[in-house]
Amino acid sequence: MLYPLIDEQEMIKEVARKIAEERIVPKRAELDEKEEFPWDILKEMAQADLFGIFIPEEYGGLGFGAFENCLAVEQIAWGCAGVATTYAASGLGAYPILLFGNEEQKKKYLPPIARGEKLAAFGLTEPDAGSDAGAIKTTAVKDGDYYILNGTKQWITNAGEAEIYTIIALTDKKKGPRGASAFIVEKGDPGFSFGKREKKMGIRASATGELIFEDCRIPKDRLLGREGMGFIIALKTLDYARPGVGALAVGLAQAALDEAIKYAKQRKQFGQAIINFQAVAHMLADMATQIEAARALTYTVCKYIDTKPKDFSKYAAMVKLFASDMAMKVTTDAVQILGGCGYMKDFPVEKMMRDAKILQIYEGTNQIQRNVIARELSKEYK
Amino acid sequence: MELILDKNKCTGCGQCVEVCPFGAIELKDGLPVANDECRLCGVCVRKCPEGALALPEKAKKRDIQDARDVWVYAEQKGNDFTGVVYELLGKGRELAQTLGQRLVAVVIGHEVEKHAHKLINYGVDVAYVIDHPELKDFNEKKYAQVLIDLIKANQPNIFLAGATPRGRSLIPQVAAALETGLTADCTGLEIDPDTSLLLQTRPAYGGNIMATITCAHTRPQMATVRPHIFPRPEALSGHEGKIVKVEVEALPQGIEVLSFVQAEIEGPDLTEADVVIGVGRGIKGPENLKLIEKLACLLNAQIGGTRAVVDAGWLSHRYQIGQTGLTISPKLYIACGISGAVQHIVGIQSAKTIVAINKDPEAPIFEVADYGIVGDLFEVIPALIEEIKTRRGESS
Amino acid sequence: MKYIVCLKQVPETDKVKINPETGTLIREGVKSIINPYDLYALEAALKAKDAYGGKIVVISMGPPQTEEALREAIAYGADEAILLSDRAFAGADTLATSYTLAQAIKKIGDYNIIFCGKQAIDGDTAQVGPELAYRLGLPYATYVHKFEIKDGSLIVERDLDDGTQVLKLNLPALVTIVKEIGEPRVPSIRGKMKAKKAKIPIWTAGEIEADEEKIGLNGSPTRVVNVFSPPARGKKEIFTGKPDECVKQLCERLGEVISI
Ligand SMILES: Cc1cc2nc3c(=O)[nH]c(=O)nc-3n(C[C@H](O)[C@H](O)[C@H](O)COP(=O)(O)OP(=O)(O)OC[C@H]3O[C@@H](n4cnc5c(N)ncnc54)[C@H](O)[C@@H]3O)c2cc1C
Ligand SMILES: Cc1cc2nc3c(=O)[nH]c(=O)nc-3n(C[C@H](O)[C@H](O)[C@H](O)COP(=O)(O)OP(=O)(O)OC[C@H]3O[C@@H](n4cnc5c(N)ncnc54)[C@H](O)[C@@H]3O)c2cc1C
Repeated sequence: MLYPLIDEQEMIKEVARKIAEERIVPKRAELDEKEEFPWDILKEMAQADLFGIFIPEEYGGLGFGAFENCLAVEQIAWGCAGVATTYAASGLGAYPILLFGNEEQKKKYLPPIARGEKLAAFGLTEPDAGSDAGAIKTTAVKDGDYYILNGTKQWITNAGEAEIYTIIALTDKKKGPRGASAFIVEKGDPGFSFGKREKKMGIRASATGELIFEDCRIPKDRLLGREGMGFIIALKTLDYARPGVGALAVGLAQAALDEAIKYAKQRKQFGQAIINFQAVAHMLADMATQIEAARALTYTVCKYIDTKPKDFSKYAAMVKLFASDMAMKVTTDAVQILGGCGYMKDFPVEKMMRDAKILQIYEGTNQIQRNVIARELSKEYK
Repeated sequence: MELILDKNKCTGCGQCVEVCPFGAIELKDGLPVANDECRLCGVCVRKCPEGALALPEKAKKRDIQDARDVWVYAEQKGNDFTGVVYELLGKGRELAQTLGQRLVAVVIGHEVEKHAHKLINYGVDVAYVIDHPELKDFNEKKYAQVLIDLIKANQPNIFLAGATPRGRSLIPQVAAALETGLTADCTGLEIDPDTSLLLQTRPAYGGNIMATITCAHTRPQMATVRPHIFPRPEALSGHEGKIVKVEVEALPQGIEVLSFVQAEIEGPDLTEADVVIGVGRGIKGPENLKLIEKLACLLNAQIGGTRAVVDAGWLSHRYQIGQTGLTISPKLYIACGISGAVQHIVGIQSAKTIVAINKDPEAPIFEVADYGIVGDLFEVIPALIEEIKTRRGESS
Repeated sequence: MKYIVCLKQVPETDKVKINPETGTLIREGVKSIINPYDLYALEAALKAKDAYGGKIVVISMGPPQTEEALREAIAYGADEAILLSDRAFAGADTLATSYTLAQAIKKIGDYNIIFCGKQAIDGDTAQVGPELAYRLGLPYATYVHKFEIKDGSLIVERDLDDGTQVLKLNLPALVTIVKEIGEPRVPSIRGKMKAKKAKIPIWTAGEIEADEEKIGLNGSPTRVVNVFSPPARGKKEIFTGKPDECVKQLCERLGEVISI
């Protein structure tokens, strides 16, 4: 076996695969078409313990790590990248609490996330702050035992559907990025509402929308870590989450390859199956090789993260970059192999191609990943 | 309990290994050994040329000599008996004649005596009628108690019921109470000329195999029988039989029928239909059911479908034919756009004639079809409708 | 609340065939699975547990390898499993099976609802449920697709061929479950981990105080005296060509079957 798994890891993979095959695949086209949020599927995933894989047992999770979580994300993404994004984004919202929350915060917020009873979300991006996250304008002003939040977050995954949000806001405007802090905001907090729900090219089963804070009052114990740690928390969170995007890309690309091979063996032209044409076969060979390389990188980095290294930004960025570029290419080639059928909604690969594009954009565009990697390299060769 | 081997007689010829229907015997050190698959069916005992094998059975001699007569449970539906009751009366009469015994029927319900007369016309010698207000609704506990008491008092030789949902639910209790054997869902019944035992043949393993079952040492020999297998006999004229009313004592409680909602009117009973048209994924979408309905209308047929079609929501689950749905046995089954997965075939196997229309000549449905047309059903069915109309002189 | 689920391990029946040369069952390469209807029964029990709390005990009578099926049931969410296994149970028909299960259930005791599948896909008799109910003196309902506990009784909806009956059963009661109860949930990761470690006790004839005259082959009045392949069906007269010509030929043949 190329990647030997222990029993528990095998179980996680099996459970996620079964959900993908039996619950997600039959519904994915409809979810995509109707832009429907997959509550039924998320409930099944919750029931199957998938939401708590990386959360420690004392907070209601299974106590595994990044690697096990990736095994699950990969299989769910094999079914549908939209569902996988929703799933992974809840993890993204949970990481700040897990990594920087105090004991009370962890006890209060992690168990319902681990049980999948409540979804989490992570809100950093704003209309004027995308790649340049330091340009955020949302403020949090201390008022006695409260903070008052004002501002708008844009394109937040799970907006409106999640119950628990970690939000990056400025507590000290003057200090710029060093004046940012991270907060837990709950759905229902006074002054917290949801704006526009976006219509998207792909991952349409996931919800993307606006978070609006208008004199939103939250108790001061919602502060994560200390004031001023906002960007440290955000960057660390993204470091942990990016290999998840890698796993998502690997799962999605694998699904596209599976469809392409199935089709190429069965479609006949010029009196033979098209897989017999070397041009097609070589494309398949390249696709498979790229997937395997991305998988190897993803697994390796996840296992490295599970050894609790101090800094792994470079590797996390490499996984995200390499795997998402790979998924874009593999899904595009899959459409090519299916020819006209590939372009039709009767077949799943056009959706896969649309879904793949986001992986190069969210959680930091691939240009930004290259910046991160280059910056680290330059530090290393000082 | 294991097969008994006389090592002195055994020559190790291995015939028993060959004939064992369950593949349960192996030769070890030249001698046959049976494993856990052995059901002690006795085939090897009968086939052993040396008489070296024997069954370990402790002859359980219950008094079975006194058991007489062939009984039929006359299940009702609305104001009549279910179709299978008539079929059973035909078959039951044949068995009774072979054995030189009487044909007896049992009617349970409320205000049912008037129907009992009908049974006499089908050759029933004695019809027991158990009439009580509490028996108005079908209730497994009450109905079973009535049957158990009556059978204990009369000791029939054979007891048959329709393998309808009600029959299959009710009758097992009776077998449990009488500690006798019950063969489920039979498709063949005959009397063994040597032993006078009832040979009961039934499908098992989802219809992949047939098994013949006997019940040698306890009485009655009980079976539920699949509808539409045996022909419905003609009524006899001038047959004499008597109707015996049986009083009931206190009936057991525990099950109360709160309501019964008849299936919607347009909900025909596929299991009773003479002609059924089955649709599969090949019809492409629910909008194309209209075409099928036209044909159904001409042939006075009911429409059912495969699991795929039901799962897709094109047809209600009530009309699903196959392993997890209905088992049907119409005179004619027309499979339209059905590939013929085993799970579906199981449900149609006892149709008298199967017609398959499919554009894939390799579709397994053609393996079980009597007649098949390889072609696009959207061309074949309109042509078939036209042809039927022309033949009937109602050409459009 | 205590729920008991009766579960049978069966071969994947569509793969079981008769070897035409020897007339024997071909079993090689045929996988054993949980009887699909018993997964629906287990799902029904899990739904009951979700709604009313309590504990699910799964029992199965079968050879030692049936343990696999019981572990799988724990992965699905059952709390405990008991295997009834003894050479003396072999060769049981439904009468002996229901007796054996009844003895085990009496030993477990204190149950509220027993869930069985509508039928097993190998033996296909659908008799064990009702026979078991009779032996335990329980009210029961077959073909159940919906149920709730109300004022201490079990209200069930069940399908008959001509309509739907609503019944009120005194508790404890037994039900046999059909597919319309809803797709079985996916086994959970915790369930699988628990299943791996679970201790599954094996009860033999002695442990359930079974009368040896009533178990296994001894207790089985029916005998399978022969098995054979279903008679090959289908005349296989296949028409290809123009649709209007095909249907003409077909109608000629059908004239003998129905009036056209
Ligand atoms: C579906 C979806 C879900 C999302 N979910 C979340 C979420 O849950 N939480 C959250 O906080 N955010 C979320 N985002 C926001 C996402 O992270 C941002 O879109 C992303 O970081 C890029 O920002 P931008 O879209 O503003 O692009 P811009 O920053 O405006 O970039 C535009 C282009 O310029 C390039 N570019 C910008 N700066 C540089 C540079 N310095 N060097 C080289 N190239 C550069 C970019 O690579 C890109 O190609 C989501 C976005 C989408 C579309
Ligand atoms: C070819 C063949 C034909 C047979 N025909 C008959 C027959 O006509 N009459 C007869 O009495 N026996 C018959 N048998 C024997 C019968 O298959 C066994 O008695 C079997 O143990 C139970 O019957 P079933 O498989 O039909 O189960 P069913 O009665 O269809 O099962 C209903 C439910 O009972 C429960 N259940 C059944 N078996 C077990 C078990 N071992 N452990 C736990 N729960 C269980 C499950 O919940 C199941 O869903 C036949 C066997 C074979 C091989």
